[in-house]
Amino acid sequence: MELYEKSAHELSEMLSKKECSSEEITLSVLDRAEATEPKVGAYLTICREEALKKARELDNRLTKQARHPLAGIPIGIKDNISTKGLLTTCASKMLYNYVPPFDAFVMERVNGADMIVTGKLNMDEFAMGSSTENSHFKKTHNPHDLDRVPGGSSGGSAAAVAAGSAVVSLGSDTGGSIRMPASYCGVVGLKPTYGSVSRYGLVAFASSLDQIGPLARNVTDCAMLYGLICGHDGMDATSADREYPDFAKGLNSNVKGLKIGIPAEYFGEGVDESVKTSVMAAVRELEKQGAEIVEISLPSTKYALNAYYIISSAEASSNLARFDGVKYGYRAEGYESLTDMYEKTRSEGFGDEVKRRIMLGTFVLSSGFFDAYYKKAKLVALDIVREFNEAFEKCDVIATPATPSTAFRLGENMGDPTKMYAADICTVTVNIAGLPAISVPCGNIAGLPVGLQFIGRKFSEQTLLNAAFAVEKNIGEAAAVNF
Amino acid sequence: MEYETVVGLEVHAELNTKTKIYCNCRNAFGLEVNTQICPICTGMPGTLPTLNEKVVEYAVKMGHATNCTINNICKQDRKNYFYPDLPKAYQISQSDIPLCEHGYVDIMLNGEEKRIGITRIHIEEDAGKMLHNDSFQGSLVDFNRCGVPLIEIVSEPDMRGSEEAKAYLDTLKSILQYLDISDCKMEQGSIRCDVNVSVRPKGSSEFGKRVEMKNVNSFSGAMRAIDYEANRQIEALERGEEINQETRRWDDQKGQNFLLRSKEDAQDYRYFPEPDLSTIYVPLEKVERLKAEIPELPNAKIKRYVRELGLSQTDAQLIAENLPRCRLFDECVKTGGCSPKNISNWILADVSKYMNETGKDISETPLTAGLLCEIITLIEQNKISNSSGKVIFEEIMAGNTDINKIIGEKGLTQISDNSAIEKIVNDVLAANQKSVDDYRGGKTNALGYLVGQCMKASKGQANPAMCKELVLKYLNG
Repeated sequence: MELYEKSAHELSEMLSKKECSSEEITLSVLDRAEATEPKVGAYLTICREEALKKARELDNRLTKQARHPLAGIPIGIKDNISTKGLLTTCASKMLYNYVPPFDAFVMERVNGADMIVTGKLNMDEFAMGSSTENSHFKKTHNPHDLDRVPGGSSGGSAAAVAAGSAVVSLGSDTGGSIRMPASYCGVVGLKPTYGSVSRYGLVAFASSLDQIGPLARNVTDCAMLYGLICGHDGMDATSADREYPDFAKGLNSNVKGLKIGIPAEYFGEGVDESVKTSVMAAVRELEKQGAEIVEISLPSTKYALNAYYIISSAEASSNLARFDGVKYGYRAEGYESLTDMYEKTRSEGFGDEVKRRIMLGTFVLSSGFFDAYYKKAKLVALDIVREFNEAFEKCDVIATPATPSTAFRLGENMGDPTKMYAADICTVTVNIAGLPAISVPCGNIAGLPVGLQFIGRKFSEQTLLNAAFAVEKNIGEAAAVNF
Repeated sequence: MEYETVVGLEVHAELNTKTKIYCNCRNAFGLEVNTQICPICTGMPGTLPTLNEKVVEYAVKMGHATNCTINNICKQDRKNYFYPDLPKAYQISQSDIPLCEHGYVDIMLNGEEKRIGITRIHIEEDAGKMLHNDSFQGSLVDFNRCGVPLIEIVSEPDMRGSEEAKAYLDTLKSILQYLDISDCKMEQGSIRCDVNVSVRPKGSSEFGKRVEMKNVNSFSGAMRAIDYEANRQIEALERGEEINQETRRWDDQKGQNFLLRSKEDAQDYRYFPEPDLSTIYVPLEKVERLKAEIPELPNAKIKRYVRELGLSQTDAQLIAENLPRCRLFDECVKTGGCSPKNISNWILADVSKYMNETGKDISETPLTAGLLCEIITLIEQNKISNSSGKVIFEEIMAGNTDINKIIGEKGLTQISDNSAIEKIVNDVLAANQKSVDDYRGGKTNALGYLVGQCMKASKGQANPAMCKELVLKYLNG
């Protein structure tokens, strides 16, 4: 078994026993990336020299002192997370040359733990999309089937981990952008409770929904990385000021007495039968191990997609207004006035999907329409929150499919935005309610992975990780895809 | 037809907090361009604002001082528009729930008090500044001012004409100064205002169409702008035209305003709740504590000066509207030993004159309340003359603060000894027989000349009142 195939917790143990060096691990992962990138295209930027240099330094430095369990482990970073001195493009022409002068909060944590950043990962432009096809620079392919999408928007983050070109990665999730690609690529992806991971340095898409989270090939790695990045940050006013346990240490696959809610609304029309069957099979397995299954109802789910696309687009239209050609990034040539410069820069700098959402968001916020759209969407959000609260009086976690189908083919949904949006049906409610949710592989359909989503109460990540851990015990840890 | 001018004002005041509203950059004026900036106030991707609590405290104080209801639970909103001096392309402000609302201030004009309603006071961030340079084709932008905290104070349309508007602005300014929450330096743009003007037939209870004027940068400019706009509207109405609701730009140098945009072109700012910031919550105990910290405000002071200290309305207002003057006056009254009326006279005459001529602040001079009281007391006790008092005042301002030494060195002790005065008077009368005859012949102004000669003979030390009395006694005797 090659080093790149090993999990972070295995590598961590090997490092502490000096069975290998960080340089060897890093080299193995980078060589794997060199081999797989022509087919997968997960990375936008690879920092081979910097990564190897840092790994060597670390190997010399850490011989004596205590190390963080993740020290020396390679990690890939979604390209909308600010990395000081390293291109952060959000997969947009608008930021093709943008190098942040500061690190995101999560990067301070990642660097503080001496993890090795291998590079920046592809995504849908400004995290808008469900297939990573909206990247300005390249398409990413699903390692399980190169003709299929890896999901999105954190498609690069999921594909790299699945392909073994990253041991773990960071993604961001606004409406499913971690869980959906995790599901499509057969890896574990956690969307944490809103406020548990600082958004400082995450280039904003929809501020009230965005959350950074970990992707890994197994639940333990996911728990380790989440434990590293969660925590209070005074630079983010929406950051929760609380203590967090050691999630990896707290992992426990005993589901005896765990009440698992099954919402009918997530197993209805629009969700593939094979996906429902696969998810329910995994849930029944847990039932056999002592979990209790409870039927619940989340009736406002049917309004969730509409509410989500209104709220997220409204916020995006404002968040993306700063990309105006004045200060950094792309500026059009040959403009005649300030307004002309704005128009040309934004017309040329943004891709179609981003422009579509800016227009949608601008419309729903405009005078005369605000009450009918934005305000109403916020009311739907309140209903969704209330229904979740009621559901969690009856159960500890809610189990649903993470995606309505397995990975679709590249280009399959590109002509039909609403069909593309429908792929988020299982995930958006979680962001609207600010809840944590995890996608864990629960089976395969025709060689393509299926993800089971557990949704929990706010700050119940340990419960979610434990439930996912139990599923993983039954199914087996995902391995780096061989191709 | 006789018209009435209706004015409402939106005043923006920069708060003098140490740091900016959403980051830790210094809040300072006049420093080298783009040196007081960071990724947050320049709106770099991924940065987030965190609210400076001092800004909320200052705004709550202003709310209390203007009798507002404090919305101790409120939110911040984004106001979206594109301009190069606004790096995020939105300004964080407050829309439907301001921090303070439904207040009022009382203004004093020609001895009459009038109440002006305050619609709302909200907090927001300032934008940067565009710079235009001949050596460079295009525009440059200085972000130092980005994120400087502002309060916007919106009045009801309660003012009738430019004089009331000026009185209102003066009142707001003195309140801001008393609370020490703004530098109030017009020339640095720390107070700016937008002016809303409409006219209507006198006696009408309905408002006319209102015109908003931007770019009004001084209080006197506001008066000119209001007068100009009211005339423009009246002339238009007289010609039978209708007034359009529109925004116009005031050009103070030309003394004219120009159409900026019509109602149809009004910007849609697409306000929505700022998702990066949590709800503002000021505990009620804190709201009360901030209220208790409010000092005695100008209007209360004026009333007290008139009622308890016997100052005239005009003098009381002149003292109270200027914080340094007022502080000196209050301290002198506290020091005591002399009459408030005399203190007021000294401050409004000699002290003010000195400040105006030198441009200095009282705190920058050696003058203290103790020294000023000492001078006034010496005069009241007839130990020195009024003119000697002025000599001493000038010496103090020059850095010579030992009053006894000044009196000794300059020989300023007043002669109030009867026999000594008698001798001086007798000598002067003897030497000026012609003036004595003139007076007796009806030229009464000879009296002044004779008393003046007494003062001259005594090198200014003779008690002028006693000299006058003795001279008169002789002349009429």
